[in-house]
Amino acid sequence: MSESLLRVTGISKTFGGLRAVQDVSIEVPAGEITALIGPNGAGKTTLFALMTGFIKPDSGSVIFDGADITGQAPHLNARLGMARTFQIVQPFAAQTVRENIAVGVHLHESRRSPALQKAGEIAEQVGLSSHLEKPASDLTVAGRKRLELARALATSPKLLLLDEVLAGLNPQEISEMIPVIREICRGGVTVLLIEHVMQAVMSLASHVWVLSQGQLIAQGSPDQVTQNDAVVEAYLGKGAAERLRGKGKL
Amino acid sequence: MKAFGLIGLFALVLGALPLLTDSGVHINFAMMALYAGLMGMAWNILAGFGGQFSFGHSLFFGFGAYVQIIAQLSWGINPWFAILLAIAASAAVGAFVGALSFRYGLRGSYFALVTLAFAEVARILALSVDITGGGVGLMLPLQTSAANMQFESKLGFFYLILFMVVIALLLTQWLKNSRVGAYLQAVRDNEDAARAAGVNPFRVKLSGIVLSGAMMGATGAFYVQVFQYVDPAIAFGPQSSVEALVAAIVGGLGTVWGPLLGALVLHTLSDVTRNLFGSLPGINMVIYGSVLVLIVMFLPRGIAGIGVSVKELWARSRS
Repeated sequence: MSESLLRVTGISKTFGGLRAVQDVSIEVPAGEITALIGPNGAGKTTLFALMTGFIKPDSGSVIFDGADITGQAPHLNARLGMARTFQIVQPFAAQTVRENIAVGVHLHESRRSPALQKAGEIAEQVGLSSHLEKPASDLTVAGRKRLELARALATSPKLLLLDEVLAGLNPQEISEMIPVIREICRGGVTVLLIEHVMQAVMSLASHVWVLSQGQLIAQGSPDQVTQNDAVVEAYLGKGAAERLRGKGKL
Repeated sequence: MKAFGLIGLFALVLGALPLLTDSGVHINFAMMALYAGLMGMAWNILAGFGGQFSFGHSLFFGFGAYVQIIAQLSWGINPWFAILLAIAASAAVGAFVGALSFRYGLRGSYFALVTLAFAEVARILALSVDITGGGVGLMLPLQTSAANMQFESKLGFFYLILFMVVIALLLTQWLKNSRVGAYLQAVRDNEDAARAAGVNPFRVKLSGIVLSGAMMGATGAFYVQVFQYVDPAIAFGPQSSVEALVAAIVGGLGTVWGPLLGALVLHTLSDVTRNLFGSLPGINMVIYGSVLVLIVMFLPRGIAGIGVSVKELWARSRS
């Protein structure tokens, strides 16, 4: 593994009695695509929020690009080069696609018209150029997911955290998005995905972490983790690994 | 560029208005419509662009008015200079209120209530301290001369408010095509998404309320020069808050020209109704309310957005 861009050490967060994330440590290698998987409610999105500063951790630390950013406000992290998308898409609904993307571009470009122009280039990268002047509220789910991606990309990030950008897309749309993500990584951006679509995880990620009930239960290459008994049981219930093995399916 | 040209054209046309009519009634009408439009434009900066609905913009109006009059009465400052102080003071009040409420993440109805409370506190304070003259109010002695910003005819005041409105139009147009403006609208539409894109919502909203407060303060100062009198109810009462928000909502939130259009329509309405139902005092407020309800129901984008709204209604009626 190459040098790590993001290092999360022993991070924990409790909401009331719910231990959403417990003592999780991961190191995201620079320049690669890695993935975070796990059943619903495992704490994946909470972990993203802890990394980006939307939620302050109870304990643990987050080191990004050599700087300790534990609990630092999201807009400051964005300035350091950390961008995220939202699982539940969050467009600026009243504004056009171009204006939406321009908000991200403005992080490093204070003038309006160059920002709007750059927004057009980024839209092309994610396949939104034909919708540039439409209001964001007119986009389909697939379009909105692309818009999330474009807006994050527009901040010229070093690390892109993608929270289920493929969820809700049909197989055709998924196979269109996979090369887009791969291309982003080739352009020098480190990508960490939260994803349920295993087809995408298997084809994109070089390393996978599995989170279940707030704890890291496995990590390794995609092949390794899908063979892992603990992972199978986290998804399918206790004893599932054994039963599947009996039927020769694992 | 085209947008700025339109503002130039507006300035020319209105500037030539006195050539068409020498009726004091007409000039007075235009002056009061511009004055209400300026209030709407001030409110529009914070609410239309920034999405923060204030119910207490009279706070800034009142500070502008009192600073304008006190600077002349107590400190002997020339009104042309005093108006700059008045604008600066209302901007500072904006920064204070904004820092307090946005620091604690107040939004929506909570922010509206806090601004309402601030205006009310200011009204009660103005009633009880000496410098404002308490409930008696303050009177600006008549000293007619342009150097004293007291013009012989309404025409002088008309040009003064026209000048202020043109500056406000230029500011709003600039804001619309600037990073601050884009950030304000981003925060209005989705604060979390804005934060993820590197926007500091606190700072952005603060700049919105400072600019908005400064504009509103300028209208307060203008009021004092025209009517030469102010008391706590005029300064901090709900009248100017309501006039500002109604003009902006009726005209079209988040647009450059909406608040002016709204003010013009409402003033025409209120003048017509006052002539028709002169025997029923207060009927213009009833009209205000009814128009507001109708606009909110059928034209949520205001008069400036009438095209889009009609298209939407049409589409809905066909589906």
